[in-house]
Amino acid sequence: MPRDLIIVLLISPLVGFLINGLFGKWLKGNEKLSGGIGALAVLVSLICSIIAFVSVDRGNTLEGEAGILYSWISDYISIGFHVDALTTVMLLVITGVGFLIHVYSIGYMHGDEGYTRYFAYLNLFVFAMLILVLGNNYLMMFVGWEGVGLCSYLLIGFWYEKQSATDAGKKAFIVNRIGDFGFLLGMFTLFAAFGTLDFGGIFETAKELQPAAEGMGLVETDSFKQIFGASTLVIATLLLFVGAIGKSAQIPLYVWLPDAMEGPTPVSALIHAATMVTAGVYMIARSAVLYNIAGTGVVVAWIGVLTALFAAIIAIKQNDIKRILAYSTVSQLGYMFVGVGVGAYASGIFHLVTHAFFKGLMFLTAGSVMHAMANELDIRKMGGLRKKLPITHITFLVGALAIAGAPFLSGFWSKDEILHSAWGSSKIIYIIGIATAFLTAFYMFRLIFVTFYGESRVDPEVESHLHESPAVMWVPLAILAIPSAIIGLLLGVGGHDSWFHHFTEKVSGFKVEHGEALGSAIPFMIISSIVGILGIAYAWTRYKNRVPSAEPTNALQKLVANKFYVDEIYNTFIVQPIKNASHFLLWKLFDSGIIDGIVNGVAVLIRAIGGLLRRLQTGLVQAYIVSMVVGIVIFLAFYLFFT
Amino acid sequence: MSLEYYLILSALLFTIGVIGVLIRRNAIIIFMCIELMLNAANLAFVAISRSLGDADGQLFVFFVMAVAAAEVAIGLAIIVSVFKHRETINVDEVNSLKG
Repeated sequence: MPRDLIIVLLISPLVGFLINGLFGKWLKGNEKLSGGIGALAVLVSLICSIIAFVSVDRGNTLEGEAGILYSWISDYISIGFHVDALTTVMLLVITGVGFLIHVYSIGYMHGDEGYTRYFAYLNLFVFAMLILVLGNNYLMMFVGWEGVGLCSYLLIGFWYEKQSATDAGKKAFIVNRIGDFGFLLGMFTLFAAFGTLDFGGIFETAKELQPAAEGMGLVETDSFKQIFGASTLVIATLLLFVGAIGKSAQIPLYVWLPDAMEGPTPVSALIHAATMVTAGVYMIARSAVLYNIAGTGVVVAWIGVLTALFAAIIAIKQNDIKRILAYSTVSQLGYMFVGVGVGAYASGIFHLVTHAFFKGLMFLTAGSVMHAMANELDIRKMGGLRKKLPITHITFLVGALAIAGAPFLSGFWSKDEILHSAWGSSKIIYIIGIATAFLTAFYMFRLIFVTFYGESRVDPEVESHLHESPAVMWVPLAILAIPSAIIGLLLGVGGHDSWFHHFTEKVSGFKVEHGEALGSAIPFMIISSIVGILGIAYAWTRYKNRVPSAEPTNALQKLVANKFYVDEIYNTFIVQPIKNASHFLLWKLFDSGIIDGIVNGVAVLIRAIGGLLRRLQTGLVQAYIVSMVVGIVIFLAFYLFFT
Repeated sequence: MSLEYYLILSALLFTIGVIGVLIRRNAIIIFMCIELMLNAANLAFVAISRSLGDADGQLFVFFVMAVAAAEVAIGLAIIVSVFKHRETINVDEVNSLKG
């Protein structure tokens, strides 16, 4: 595969960003041009991605020396590309979903003050995300990692006049910092152990380490620098996973994602559902070799499944359409971590792909609902929307059926594969996973029944303006609905023997020998389907004609409705102590007391000395002469009598 | 006649000049004392010049006289000007430049 293709792929969104970012002032009057440039830049990347995909499918990957642009830091770290099956899958998701969301945004952002700024940020995001997945080493991945974090911050706080939006942006940025700190430490650990950050170099060396027969502990070889001993890889992978926890919103750092919904809805679809938040999953899949050897996947899987359950429970009692989707995203990301955690990397990435489509779709339909409802978010104030918004309704239904695991839609295949693999690893994880699947179907159809069915509870004023979105918005919805429905069928039939598994099996570390044969997937599929349908049916019985009550009736409901008070707990035990420490220790004591004290002290001291010296400057010439004469007499006496 | 007598006289004149400058408050008297010091130096110059048989010292005396004459012209002008403004030439009262 020509390296220039990848360069064009990468640079195109950067050019779009520069045009919209630098010349936005002149483009402002022409929304179609500004948005068109943004979308076109991603379209170019999409075309390049498709070419790269076909190329990789034919066995032409870009790895090792061929991908290196130049070496940096005396050959330890190079800047270059690594394009294999995993990369191209990510590329297609980023540019494919990204392109549709750009097109959708042309309509959605119509008339906004920051129209060109929006497209500049969105292009910059795509650029950063491409760096993240294209890099051939952890440092480049980290550069992209930080870049998408920055764009996420900028776009969450896009409507910066709103206090809540800027607060949410800051929260996302700061929470991500915690995770990024772990990622950095993980990188340092890897560099200390392997002397390089290149994927190729690290994986080659790591492959020489074999898991010991009993499963615990590692056998060291000579090539592995024994600086920290055998646990180095365990520490490194866990630290990298801390980074993934932050970026992919897992327990305990998931709190930023629901708040991130303050940003424009297409941003939520692109960044906070389809692409950026899946970076953690990508990172673990990319490091599959390391996780296989270190055996830390079990931690990943447990964090993932607990997050999946926890977020799904919270989603049940939310009434904000975007927040339900946000918690749903957290939950689905948990599934992906279960997949990569139990060693089913292809299944985890497969779920990433299907999720990108159906969750992106659902966010865009939510945007369409908001567009029609004058930015109303509370589902209790909706109801009966299916008559007024038929396309939105159908597309949302497709997405919801896909996520709920309705038979033969995409979510069904990918989620089932993950659960199937989880069964082979831990029965408890499987049971929690299947319970989450039930909750997923339930909360998603609660949302649908309350929003689109039943009596209309829309404000009459708003109702008179209810309208389906313009074509520039509903066409991307319709296009996204198609893969949301069928991509699972195309790629996933056959479970662990499917096309997708064959495509990705050459990626380092993906092919894992399972201890025991997993057996037929059919029973699992049947169980998943029944559970999904039960969830939908239960939602039907409860919310067919009922509005969620405004006030929680008992303590448990109150706990769930308030998201288990996690934000409040963090606020009390982490945020406030740090704030107080900053205020009293760092500001009042250290900054005002010590630093300012030193600076002001020097000034006071000099003034005091000056005050003393000032007295010498009497202005009386005779006084000066006296001192001069006295001085001369002393000198003369000295020379006469002592020399 | 020995050189010492001239030098002792010169030193006495110079010391009188210095003490006059230090203890008197009248600007004109101070001025006169400065002249006294200059002339004490002149005396020393001439005496040593004669003693060494070298004319350079006598040459310097002319320079000193010329400078002293210029100084007198400017110094007296300043004193007159100060008196016009302050109606006093007591140097303790002329202290507006005091820091």
